[in-house]
Amino acid sequence: MRGGRMSRIAIIAVGQSPFVRQYPGSIRELAFEAFRDCLHETPLTRKDIDASIVCSAPEYDRQRSPAGVIAEYLGLNPQAAFYVESLCSSGTTGLRLAYALVKAGLHDVVAVIGFQKMSEISSSESQERMGRGADIQWESPFGTMMPAYYAMHAQAHMAAYGTTLDDLARIRVKAATYGQINPKAVYRKPVTSDMFADPEHIMARTVSTPLRVGDCCANADGSACLIVASEEKARALCGKPVWILGLGSATASVNLSGRDSLTGLSAARQAAQQAYAMAGVGPSDIDVAGVHDCFTIAELMACEDLGFAEPGKGRELIASRDTYREGRIPVNVDGGLLSKGHPIGATGGSLVRTIVLQLRQEAGEMQVDSPEIGLVHNIGGVGLYGNVAILGRS
Amino acid sequence: MPKKGDIDDRFKRFGTVSFTAISKTNDFVAHLEEGRVCGTACRKCGAVFFPPRADCCHCVSSDMKWFEITGTGKLVSFSKLTFAPLGFEADVPYCIALLDYGSYKIFGRIADAVDPADLAVGMPMKTVSNTLPNGQRNYVFEIG
Repeated sequence: MRGGRMSRIAIIAVGQSPFVRQYPGSIRELAFEAFRDCLHETPLTRKDIDASIVCSAPEYDRQRSPAGVIAEYLGLNPQAAFYVESLCSSGTTGLRLAYALVKAGLHDVVAVIGFQKMSEISSSESQERMGRGADIQWESPFGTMMPAYYAMHAQAHMAAYGTTLDDLARIRVKAATYGQINPKAVYRKPVTSDMFADPEHIMARTVSTPLRVGDCCANADGSACLIVASEEKARALCGKPVWILGLGSATASVNLSGRDSLTGLSAARQAAQQAYAMAGVGPSDIDVAGVHDCFTIAELMACEDLGFAEPGKGRELIASRDTYREGRIPVNVDGGLLSKGHPIGATGGSLVRTIVLQLRQEAGEMQVDSPEIGLVHNIGGVGLYGNVAILGRS
Repeated sequence: MPKKGDIDDRFKRFGTVSFTAISKTNDFVAHLEEGRVCGTACRKCGAVFFPPRADCCHCVSSDMKWFEITGTGKLVSFSKLTFAPLGFEADVPYCIALLDYGSYKIFGRIADAVDPADLAVGMPMKTVSNTLPNGQRNYVFEIG
């Protein structure tokens, strides 16, 4: 059956390049790494793919309209190719578009390829680019950057709920626990609470109060690829399809002056409500989650926005170790963006890949015990775009 | 008198580095240069906006008027930057912040004269026009 309201949509293959500080190749070659990783795990060939969606954020490299060169390099001409962008959530916006294209019956098998090569520009240039993902007319002239915006959320959360720097450090320590066992993570070293307690240690160095170096994810170069297919194609091409059970997508004002509160992200809350409703599940049904921890405070807010903890109780959830691999709701047991790295356009695909591998029980050392339902939370800008996906094994 | 062909690009004078030269809200900069920080209000439905808008998204009218920001707002949050994006290196350290005036909020900077150690979420602050060391104009928050 092609399309139709009752048909299901699956993710039938996932791939990712290693996330690295400086990829020794061009963007098309970087995209190829994830595509090759993806095709190596399935009998599917590039001829089965009838459309591609390329996801990245602009201005890190010089290529305009990257969908064209990447489709060509992956051998996906003359099939349709699309470019989507929603900053750091571009990859899951690509997933939503792929779902819609397959559901509508326009395409049967769609490749979603996210990439970012951030190392072509300096760190201060990169902060300036990212700052311009906010309101360039009314905010950027004050000298804004992503860590400062999230730092304002941290400050507000601390004032409202008594959240502490130690709570935030616990999130980084957990991320590093799993970054060490993720062969594709950019940061593979351990992080301890002692590092944050030592004012001389780089992890404890202030970036934008109250956030420290250790609270911020690392820039990285990387790519990720997902193959999304109709139920019929999924059954024919894949032994272990992972089904898309629910999708949510919401936005909030770009300028912080339009936000009701800085203690959470309304776009994430609204996207989660949509995804839970579509999947017919709630927060307590989630067995494993990948959330957008670009900063430690972002994971804390995500746990509250997704309903894993009541607002203000995120710190208790973190302290209980229930977000570790053996806990009630394992979160970011692949190292998260904090240790795995955050190559903007590849991040959404990588979050999805982690949950797909978990549901297939192919996550190796990072595997949680028999998960049935997983959740992906991916944020663009400072809570400007929010995407949530709920995936299931059956 | 502006000559024919002159481009009104006053918005390039807003902030340490402006990323916008031309806006229908260019008069915001003229108000700043005369010492006033202003928002806009819709003449048709009465909606008030900060940052100022040339167009009302509630009633889809473009008949707007300026109003001056007065009194104090509550400090919603703030952060002191010790690392700056490209173009802002000379300003470090500085604090960005958000004030809540009830019917609108204002995103901006804390005045350099304010010690960040004296800041607390919830405290009243006022918004004032400010000249930057490079001659550009912006507005800053002072303890109210």
